[in-house]
Amino acid sequence: MNITEKIIARHSGRDRVVPGENVWIDVDVLMTHDVCGPPAIGIFKREFGEEARVWDPDKLVIMPDHYIFTADPHANRNVDILRAFAAEQDLPHYYDVGTSRYKGVCHIGLAEEGFNLPGSVLIGTDSHSCTSGAFGLFSTGVGNTDAALIMGTGKIWVKVPETMKFVFDGNLPPYLMAKDLILTVIGDIGIDGATYRAMEFDGQAVFDLSMEERMTLTNMAIEAGGKNGVIAADQTTADYLAARTDRPYTPVYSDPDARYHSVRTYDVSKMEPVVAKPHRPDNRASVSEVEGTKLDRAYIGSCTGGKLEDFVAAAGILKDGRVAIDTFIVPATTEVARLLDTTLVEGVSVRQIFRDAGCKIGESSCAACLGGPIDTFGRTHATEVVISTTNRNFPGRMGSKQSAVYLASPLTVAASALSGVITDPREVLV
Amino acid sequence: MKQIITGKAYVVGDSVDTDQIIPAEHLVYSLTVPDERRMYGRYALSGVPGSVQGLPAGHVPFTAADAFKSEFGILIAGSNFGCGSSREHAPFALRQAGCQAVVAESYARIFYRNAVDGGFLVPFETRVRLIEVIETGHELEIDSAVGTLKNHTTGKQYLLEPLGDVAEILKAGDVFEYARRAGLIEA
Repeated sequence: MNITEKIIARHSGRDRVVPGENVWIDVDVLMTHDVCGPPAIGIFKREFGEEARVWDPDKLVIMPDHYIFTADPHANRNVDILRAFAAEQDLPHYYDVGTSRYKGVCHIGLAEEGFNLPGSVLIGTDSHSCTSGAFGLFSTGVGNTDAALIMGTGKIWVKVPETMKFVFDGNLPPYLMAKDLILTVIGDIGIDGATYRAMEFDGQAVFDLSMEERMTLTNMAIEAGGKNGVIAADQTTADYLAARTDRPYTPVYSDPDARYHSVRTYDVSKMEPVVAKPHRPDNRASVSEVEGTKLDRAYIGSCTGGKLEDFVAAAGILKDGRVAIDTFIVPATTEVARLLDTTLVEGVSVRQIFRDAGCKIGESSCAACLGGPIDTFGRTHATEVVISTTNRNFPGRMGSKQSAVYLASPLTVAASALSGVITDPREVLV
Repeated sequence: MKQIITGKAYVVGDSVDTDQIIPAEHLVYSLTVPDERRMYGRYALSGVPGSVQGLPAGHVPFTAADAFKSEFGILIAGSNFGCGSSREHAPFALRQAGCQAVVAESYARIFYRNAVDGGFLVPFETRVRLIEVIETGHELEIDSAVGTLKNHTTGKQYLLEPLGDVAEILKAGDVFEYARRAGLIEA
C-alpha cells in the first residue's frame, strides 16, 4: 500500500484497503473557519440537538481567518457564532479574533500550532485543507454537512483514492520555488487531472524543501482536482514538529511495491519560472512567454504565498528597490507578521524592506485571495491585472469578474512589482 | 430523490468553479435565517461571466435581478463542474434558486460530495457533450430510475450514467439519514 492507503486503512480499522472502496474513517482533527464553521454548527445542532456536545473537544480546531478585518456586519456575526460555540462547548483550540491567540490563515496556523501529525487524518471545511498533507498525513476538504457529521460522530466516509506520484529530482535553482513546481504539474495534468485521486510528492528535490515550501506543493493539489496531497515525513518534518508540539504520532510510509495510478518525474534543475495565466490555475506559461505583460497590481499573501520564506524571497528582490505598481503584502499568520520584524535580509528587517519599497502591508488573514467583502484589503473592484502568489485565479476570484489574475512564485511577483510588467526573477536576482 | 425531474435548462460551460456558482462576497449570509437564505437564490451563478451566462447566446442571468428564485430547474454543464472551493454554499445556492438537478460531463470531487451529502441536488453525469445540443430555455425531463434525459423542445433523448454508490445517500435524503440507517448515529 502507499502512504494514503495505509493511513485510511489504519483509520478504518482494517489491515488493507484498495482504491475505489468506500470506508468510514476516524478523524483525528477537524478544522473549520468563519465561513463554513457557522453553517456546520447550525447543521450539527439541527441533527444532533441543541444540547449536543462535539465528539471530542480536543480534536476540533477553529481558526477564523477569511473575513476578519471588515466592517461587514454579517461577516462579523459569523465570528460571534464561532466564539459562542467555542464557549458553549469549552473548546481548547479556538483562536479568537482580537486576542493574542488569533492566528490568521488556518492551514498555516494548523502547522504552526503542531496539529499536522504524520500518519493522522485531518479534515477541514476548506478546499486547501490538503495543505496539511505536507506532514505525511491524510488531509482533505469537505463541506458543512460532512463537518457537522464529524462534529457529532468523529467519522467521515471516504472513497479510497488512487494515487498519482510526482517525483522531483535534481537541485532546485535559486530562481525557482515550490510554486513553480506545482504550477508546472497543474499545467501538465490540468485542473481536473487528479480528480478523485491522491497526489504523492517524492524525490530528493522535495525532501530538500523546507516545510513551508512543501506546504505550497500539497496546498495546490486541489487545483488539479486532487483529494489530498501528501509528502512522507522525514527529519525536516520531525524537527519542525519537535519545535512546536509534544503530541505523539506514528508516521507511515509507502511500501516499495506500492501501486500508483501513474508516476511522473521532473528534473527541477531544468525547469523554469512559470505563471498561471487568467483564468485557470492550469493555464500555464513560462515567464519568458508572457514577459512584458502590463500589470496594475502585485499581491503577496495567502496560504501558498504568505509564509515567512515567501516574504524573505520577495524581500531579497525588493531590497533597495521601489515598486512600480500597487503591491500588497499579507502575512498568512500573526506569527509570520511578527517574524517580518525580526527576520533580516542583508541586515534590514523584511518589513522595513517592504516599507522602503513602497508596499502596502496588511493584517494576517486570507484577505483578497478570495475576494470577500467590499472593504477587503487588496480586493479588486474593476479591470485590474494582478500578479499574485495566491493559488486560484478563476473569474472573479479576487473580487471583480472583470479583473485578471496571474499566479506566480513570490520571486516572480516581486520582480514584476519592481518593473510593473511580468518579469523573470533571473533578471533581478544577483 | 424524485424519480421524474422536470424543468427548463440553464446551460453553462466547462470548469465553472464555486466562485462563479456563489461569489465569496455573498458567503456572509446565514443559511438558516429565511430573509438571508433567499439571497443565495438571488446570487446563484452570478459569478459566471456575462458572455457565458446561459448558453448559447449568453447574457441570460440564472436568477432575474429582482427575483430570489430562478426559472431554470435543471442545470446543464460541461466538464469539472464545481471545481475550486469546498463551500457547501454552492450546491445550497443552486437548490435555493430552485434547481433540482445538474447534468454535467464530470464534477469536481468536493462539490459532488456536498451536493449528495447535503441532499441538495442530484448530480447526474453523462458522456454526451450536452452543452452543444441543449440550449438555455429548453424543456427537459429526467427519469432517474431509467437514467434518461428527454429534451421536449427538440424531441431528443440522452443517456445518463448510473448514480452508483451515492444513490443510497440520495435515496436516504442526506448523509445523516444514511448514517442513521448504517447505525453510525442513533436513529
